[in-house]
Amino acid sequence: METLMAFTVGGLFAAAIYMMLRRSIVKLVIGLVLLSNAANLLLFTQAGLLRGAPPLVPEGAMQPTGVVADPLAQALILTAIVIGFGVLAFAVVLIHRAYEVVQADDMDQMKDTDT
Amino acid sequence: MSPQFTLQSLILRTAAHFLLPLLLIFSVFLLLRGHNEPGGGFIAGLVAASAVALYMFALDIRSAKRVLRFEPRDLLGWGLLFGVISGVPAVFMGQPFFTSQWLELTLPVLGELKVGTPLLFDIGVYLVVIGGVLLILLSLAEAEE
Amino acid sequence: MLLAVLSGFLIAAVAPWAHRGLGRHSGWALAALPAVLFIYFASFLPALREADGGRIIMEYDWIPSLGIQLTFLVDGLSLLFALLISGIGFFVVAYAGRYLEGHRDLGRFYVLILAFMASMLGLVLSSNLISLFVFWELTSITSYLLIGYNHEDAKARKSALQGLFVTVAGGLALLTGLVMMALVGGSYELHELLTSGDIFRDHDWYLAILLLVLLGCFTKSAQYPFHFWLPNAMAAPTPVSAYLHSATMVKAGVYLMARLNPSLGGTEAWMLLLGLFGAVTMFAGIFLSLRSTGVKQVLAYSTVMALGTLTMLIGVGTENAMLAAMAFLLAHSLYKGALFLVAGILDHEAGCKDFLQTGGLRRALPVTTVFAGLAALSLAGVLPMFGFVAKELLFEAVLEAPALAGLLSVFAVVSAVMVVAVAAIVGIRPWYGPRADTPKIPAHEAPPALLAGPVVLASLGLLFGLGAGLVDQGLIAWAAAAVYGAPVSPYLSLWHGFNLPLLLSGVSLALGLLLYLNWERFRRFTGFMEVVNRYGPEAAYEKTMAGMVWLSEWQTRVLQNGYLRYYLLTILISTVGLVMVTLFTRTHVHIDLDLSGILVHEAFIVAVLLMAALVSVTTRSRLGAVASLGAVGFCVALIYVLFSAADVGITQVLVETLTVIMLVLVLFRLPGFLGLTPMVLRIRDAVIALAVGAMMAVLKLAASTTRYADSISEYFIQESQPSGYGRNIVNVILVDFRALDTLGEIVVLALAAVGVYAMIKFRAEDRRR
Repeated sequence: METLMAFTVGGLFAAAIYMMLRRSIVKLVIGLVLLSNAANLLLFTQAGLLRGAPPLVPEGAMQPTGVVADPLAQALILTAIVIGFGVLAFAVVLIHRAYEVVQADDMDQMKDTDT
Repeated sequence: MSPQFTLQSLILRTAAHFLLPLLLIFSVFLLLRGHNEPGGGFIAGLVAASAVALYMFALDIRSAKRVLRFEPRDLLGWGLLFGVISGVPAVFMGQPFFTSQWLELTLPVLGELKVGTPLLFDIGVYLVVIGGVLLILLSLAEAEE
Repeated sequence: MLLAVLSGFLIAAVAPWAHRGLGRHSGWALAALPAVLFIYFASFLPALREADGGRIIMEYDWIPSLGIQLTFLVDGLSLLFALLISGIGFFVVAYAGRYLEGHRDLGRFYVLILAFMASMLGLVLSSNLISLFVFWELTSITSYLLIGYNHEDAKARKSALQGLFVTVAGGLALLTGLVMMALVGGSYELHELLTSGDIFRDHDWYLAILLLVLLGCFTKSAQYPFHFWLPNAMAAPTPVSAYLHSATMVKAGVYLMARLNPSLGGTEAWMLLLGLFGAVTMFAGIFLSLRSTGVKQVLAYSTVMALGTLTMLIGVGTENAMLAAMAFLLAHSLYKGALFLVAGILDHEAGCKDFLQTGGLRRALPVTTVFAGLAALSLAGVLPMFGFVAKELLFEAVLEAPALAGLLSVFAVVSAVMVVAVAAIVGIRPWYGPRADTPKIPAHEAPPALLAGPVVLASLGLLFGLGAGLVDQGLIAWAAAAVYGAPVSPYLSLWHGFNLPLLLSGVSLALGLLLYLNWERFRRFTGFMEVVNRYGPEAAYEKTMAGMVWLSEWQTRVLQNGYLRYYLLTILISTVGLVMVTLFTRTHVHIDLDLSGILVHEAFIVAVLLMAALVSVTTRSRLGAVASLGAVGFCVALIYVLFSAADVGITQVLVETLTVIMLVLVLFRLPGFLGLTPMVLRIRDAVIALAVGAMMAVLKLAASTTRYADSISEYFIQESQPSGYGRNIVNVILVDFRALDTLGEIVVLALAAVGVYAMIKFRAEDRRR
């Protein structure tokens, strides 16, 4: 399964990069969303994939029984998702603002700092 | 209120009136049980924010703001304050900042209960997430008006 | 000692307030600090006589936990410098209080000059190579600020920058050289390195160390071809010129060469480099001095001459040469300090900045005339001044130099002739002869604060000359011993009998006076030298600076082209290239392509995910793109849930919903997709994107089979319930174990939200306007 996930992550990265290389700022935003999904998924896969072993301690026990999924990676990704939302919102508003100034959905018209 | 994103649906509006309190209560439930079962400040905060966002879509921004009662900015500030404060008691105990401190309470109805600084911290996270997400969404929606 | 070195910085910090409080007496009041320091340093003299090996080492804990100490080394050499710095510092500060009286930035001037003095003291007293370097750079920086003191003058700013660039560029070389020295010698402490000279001389790095250190010393001490910054530095107020550019800062390079002589000196390379560069600098300096007419220019170039002489003597390296160098150093500091202060008086009282404007001032400024003459006599090396003693020793040293004796002697004699002429220009020209029309008619003799320096310093030149034994048994001999690396037998005296040096002295005196009488003619005959200005070292410096500006403009144009996708392309292609090359050449990657154990529903989700991604990339509809983006997000959430990450899955679903809402809110305000790029470029981008994707996949697979450290998760899993009282381990990590991280993360979220809010609010305000 990890091999399949490696290729999935690779595909998501490829899609994200392709979108980020476009001239349209809307596509750039879409690329950013794909990129953060790809990065989170990469992190998640790298920590190891386990089916049906959530990192929870059963009621009344001190330690979980058997092997559980890596909780640290999950904690990292959880916050990364929420921060990703905040940063994306910031990017979107920035882009929107830039669009209002330039009046075109084209990165090439934003290359001068004094427009 | 511009009609672009407000869905003028009676069903949705009625549903939103009922769903909002339910979702908010659910979010508090998620927050409190988060230490032991799936849930926690982040998820609870997102649920609460989504609830208000739904309300905003069903009715309008002004009602959403009114029903929220607090300015999202204030929630943000309180959340960060709670987060930082929760780290302070450890310093007085001579331990590194943010070392968790627990109080064991025996209450008549609930039985034995452990209350600690991580709970305060989780509440801080909850408030920051609600405040942050709603500040973003409400600002954007207002800008679109 | 620590306090002595740092007191300059401490007093500097309060100098502006002291200046405001004390008004016109601030100069004398602040001059008390160098005076006290002078007495303090002088108190080391008796101790040094008794000290073992002629040196005293003082250690202070600096960062005890790291074993870093601040070490000071007091021996003849550092004490000679410390006394000169504090002694001349006293007169300069007192002088400046009067000279710059009423200047609105005088407070700042005190700050800088005291900080400079402290840096200089630190430099000569440090025994640790690193602290020595720090002080070295501090002198560069403070002198930059002092040269640019009249910061509203474009020329002053340019000169300051030039001085800074040249000395700091040399400083970088010096740092490298010093670090290499420390690596070879196994210590950063000078007093330990000085005894291990053979280790350096036999080491493979010797030449590299030598060249790097000398580059630092040569730039600082204005050796040819780096001499040009020094005359330009005359844009500074005169007290600064007197202090930094004659007595102290430029001698830092000389100090370091002298200091390192026991470690690095004595080789052929050392003798050749120092001897030749020193001789050429000496000659070029005095030649240019004679060609100039500006009061400070003449003095500045003659300083270049003196620095060349010192370098040459250190290069010669014999016992006599070291004695000569130290005697010359002392003599030069005394007369040059005095002469620069006299130059300031000329400017202050008569408004003269050029010798051609001057003449017949002796009636108006009688005291100045006498002591300027005295200092000039010492410069010319006339009996019975101390300069004479130094010059005799100089001739003696070069005549018996172990290498290049003939060449150096010729240089020395020719330079000496011109020195005499320069001395005459300084000592006779302004004062005697017919009264010239000076820009300002001097109404009275200069005030005591201005006169104190020239009077005392010039008199000392006479006193040390008459009683050469006073200094020779003591400080000069100790200093020479420190440079030489072994005790020297001193025999400084005024009268050596009739011998070759005396003959050379006499000849140079006569020829020099002849040259002075034909000064105008000399300048006319050497007019062709103007060509050198056009192609000389300073022109090379200008060209280099212009070239660097051009280069940075060019590379900014190329690299910062303003197209996001070209930045991305550059970054991505280099990353893919470097990672792949490293991965396949430096490591043994083992890629395990195990496709077994995939359940049907999992494969289905992955297929949907990839398809949705493909749709979001290819669709021409924005709604389609956003919707398929949502599909990608939900598929990812499903993967999280399927593989035991319930919390993450829930978060992903919620955030994905909010993201789609947000995109819908904003993106539909923007126009539709245009299809701006031609097909060929799309294919190029697709190839690059796929290459990046492939790289990530390969990296992921390679990483799965490599593990360098144990996971720290096990601790969290074990301790979650016992010490975190929580059964949801992810949440315990977030709010307890790694709460500080989470705090940072919610701060980021808050900042992003506030940023969004601010941007929208500003826009609303813009519109209202």
